Amino acid sequence: MSTDARWSWLRELIRKPFFWGLIAIVALLALNVLKDPNYLALSINPVNGNLVGNVVDILRASAPILMIAVGMSLVIATGGIDLSVGSVMAVSGAVAMVFMKEAGESGSLGAALGAIGLALLVSAVLGAVNGVLVAYVGLQPFISTLIMMLAGRGIAKVITEGQNTSATNDPFRWIANGFVIGLPVVFLLAILIVLVVGFVVRRSALGLMIEAIGINPKASRMAGIKPNGLLLTVYILSAVLAGIAGIMSVGTVMTVDVSRTGYQMELDAILAVVIGGTSLAGGKFSIGGAVVGGLLIATLDKTIVFLGISSSATPAFKAIVIVVLCLLQSERVRSWFVQRRRPPQGRMTPSPAPVKQENQEVTA
Amino acid sequence: MTERDASARPVVEMTGITVVIEGTPVLHGVDLRLFGGEIHALMGGNGAGKSSMVKALTGAYRVDAGEVRIDGEPVALSGPAAAEAAGVAAAFQDVDLCGNLSIAENVMIGHEERRWYGISWRATRRRAVAVLQELGLGELDPKQSVSALSPAIQQLVAIARALVTQPKVLVLDEPTSSLDADEVATLFRALRRLREQGVAILFVSHFLEQVYAISDRITVLRDGRGQGEYPTRELDRAELISKMIGKDLTELRRIGSERRAHRADPTGEPVYRVVGLGKRGDFDATDFELHRGEVVGLGGLRGSGRSEFGQLLAGVVRGDSGTIQIDGRKVVLSSPAAALRHRIAFASEDRRDGGIIEELSVRDNIVLALQAIRGWARPISHAERDALVERFMESFDIVAPGPDAPAKQLSGGNQQKVLLARWLATRPHVLVLDEPTRGVDIAAKVEIQARVAEMARDGVAVVFISSELDEVVRLSDRIAILKDRRKIGEVSNGPGLSVDTIIEMIAAADEDDA
Repeated sequence: MSTDARWSWLRELIRKPFFWGLIAIVALLALNVLKDPNYLALSINPVNGNLVGNVVDILRASAPILMIAVGMSLVIATGGIDLSVGSVMAVSGAVAMVFMKEAGESGSLGAALGAIGLALLVSAVLGAVNGVLVAYVGLQPFISTLIMMLAGRGIAKVITEGQNTSATNDPFRWIANGFVIGLPVVFLLAILIVLVVGFVVRRSALGLMIEAIGINPKASRMAGIKPNGLLLTVYILSAVLAGIAGIMSVGTVMTVDVSRTGYQMELDAILAVVIGGTSLAGGKFSIGGAVVGGLLIATLDKTIVFLGISSSATPAFKAIVIVVLCLLQSERVRSWFVQRRRPPQGRMTPSPAPVKQENQEVTA
Repeated sequence: MTERDASARPVVEMTGITVVIEGTPVLHGVDLRLFGGEIHALMGGNGAGKSSMVKALTGAYRVDAGEVRIDGEPVALSGPAAAEAAGVAAAFQDVDLCGNLSIAENVMIGHEERRWYGISWRATRRRAVAVLQELGLGELDPKQSVSALSPAIQQLVAIARALVTQPKVLVLDEPTSSLDADEVATLFRALRRLREQGVAILFVSHFLEQVYAISDRITVLRDGRGQGEYPTRELDRAELISKMIGKDLTELRRIGSERRAHRADPTGEPVYRVVGLGKRGDFDATDFELHRGEVVGLGGLRGSGRSEFGQLLAGVVRGDSGTIQIDGRKVVLSSPAAALRHRIAFASEDRRDGGIIEELSVRDNIVLALQAIRGWARPISHAERDALVERFMESFDIVAPGPDAPAKQLSGGNQQKVLLARWLATRPHVLVLDEPTRGVDIAAKVEIQARVAEMARDGVAVVFISSELDEVVRLSDRIAILKDRRKIGEVSNGPGLSVDTIIEMIAAADEDDA
């Protein structure tokens, strides 16, 4: 009995869709440890007391991905998709950099706050355009956000007049490079924002309603849910989170490169969401899963660099890891393993219709 | 001698079929035999295991114990393709056609006529037409898109698709639930023809009369267990019903008599009144009133505009003429959300599409509308939610693995009760019920009718829409008679009123028109 209780949390964890994501993170770290036994070692910088190490680097790198993955998971839950997050990152970064360059005072907290405020405002406006196109005009989310993905880079170029723009501002730089109680600010900030979003979504009825319209929009309307406002909110939220990701991303180097900042980040975000177990068909979503997915993507990126995999082989390596992960998550593949291990009579696991499993395959 | 041999050896012999879903057994050792040249009805309440049995036979469910023999040979029906190869074809209740494909494409999907150069669409269409002709649908244009067809024709097209493989065994799960009398007759002619050709047909239906009209043999299920196999001739209706529900029908009679005892002419101001409400093409401008605690039935045939009128009343569809007053105040119902805020709830006839949200839990399904009224920023507290859900699950006798179970795991009748609970949780003053008893078994029908009577007693004004006129007559205080998308009259219910009275009124109006 007592052992049952002791292990029940583990069984619960194994059943979570993002369990295999956690396993993959551990496996990648183990791979790095094989190459360098000191990979996981953390040291404290004697000058400023900050933690230094590869893991800290991974956490720092994961912050922008966490932001857009959380936004993306909400958008996907409504049955939509947001392809514009990478471009919104670039716009946000461009706005912030140009603002601070014009302001010119490198130590000014006011300039940093102004830059952040303006960048997030512009991001929110872009998100609102997405939301209006999807909710009120009725365009398909794929198309609406594809338009914004293309337009966003253009807007960023207009803002920076096509130049890579740098600025100096210490408070702004601190967001990306600073440390608090020995941990990187950018990661703490990301976790804080994820917790706030998670709290708002799950403690209010927002999550329930997002899932309802994602699963069955018609029935949701009949039940009195007004989808338009919800969709608008979700697309704005996704864009604002992308704006924060943009600030984090340009803050590291204090330069915006309009063709590189946020480049293909929308794909990382979608992968993170899928790894976290949210179905691309909409409906049930998991913010915890998106976080695990985001951490995995960051770990994967750092591992590729650390193992010295040539840049031409990088996409293939990434693809292999993700395909293996999706296979492990797939109910059907897992049921093959289960079947092999145990005789079919003893099975108490579901034997659902294959038709249904096709849906779950999309999930995985 | 040969004939006896044929009847001695069934085409399909399922013995001791046990199916376990997520640890819950849904079938316990059920036997079923299907003979060539016979129509075999599978009867049972909701959750009795009819659909599970059909899924076991069509390979959608894996059989955990028991054996399936086809033509005496044991077969493993590992999936729909294996079932098809074994000669089993099926058409399901929820028409699963591809709406954007043409009729011919839907009928022939997976069996296109292939030549050396690929698919010959001409030959494919020709064969589709030949199959459709068997069902009396020869005049359909095979190039037409399926989404443009009425539900009834779609159902027949789905059956045509099953016939393409020339199966030994044809499984029809609730094939008539969306058909009118003529269409049922067409279908039955086709079924009799197939029977003569020696096909073994499994007919799953809630309609007692249809089962008696068409079937040769009946197998009864209850709670996932077989209740025996009987020749249809030797099993009378009362006996069948008592085998299906395990209790007698006095409950229905009690509801009827209680309603009659309680019935009173409406007094005072109506809670809800519309003047000249209508929508071009949907329903003619109509005046209509509802009083507290009153059940008003909408009597009319299919296509009379029952659902359309119900949707106008509940603000699901916005009228283009007329005004709506609630408690004497004029309101505009621009959406279901607006209607719900004015305490008008609408239960759609389309349970799957416009009602239940399958992946969400029973609990979330019940609180959804109430939560929507309050808005997302004011969540219902856990304590309040759990109390609400517990109360409804208990009082509605909702059979579910638990409040956390996804609603899709529930049987049709229980899903319907979850939906009733959802609407009642919003404490409506006006409740429009569109076909609340469609596709549910007799036991659930009885319960749902009892709930409707109870709601009225609690002061809710109910608009009751049903294609079963006897239900309308049993429950209603007043009946609005609809025909050809307009209201042609209203009658107060009373001892003298019967289903025939209403049918006569509809027919009489015909003569007036002429």
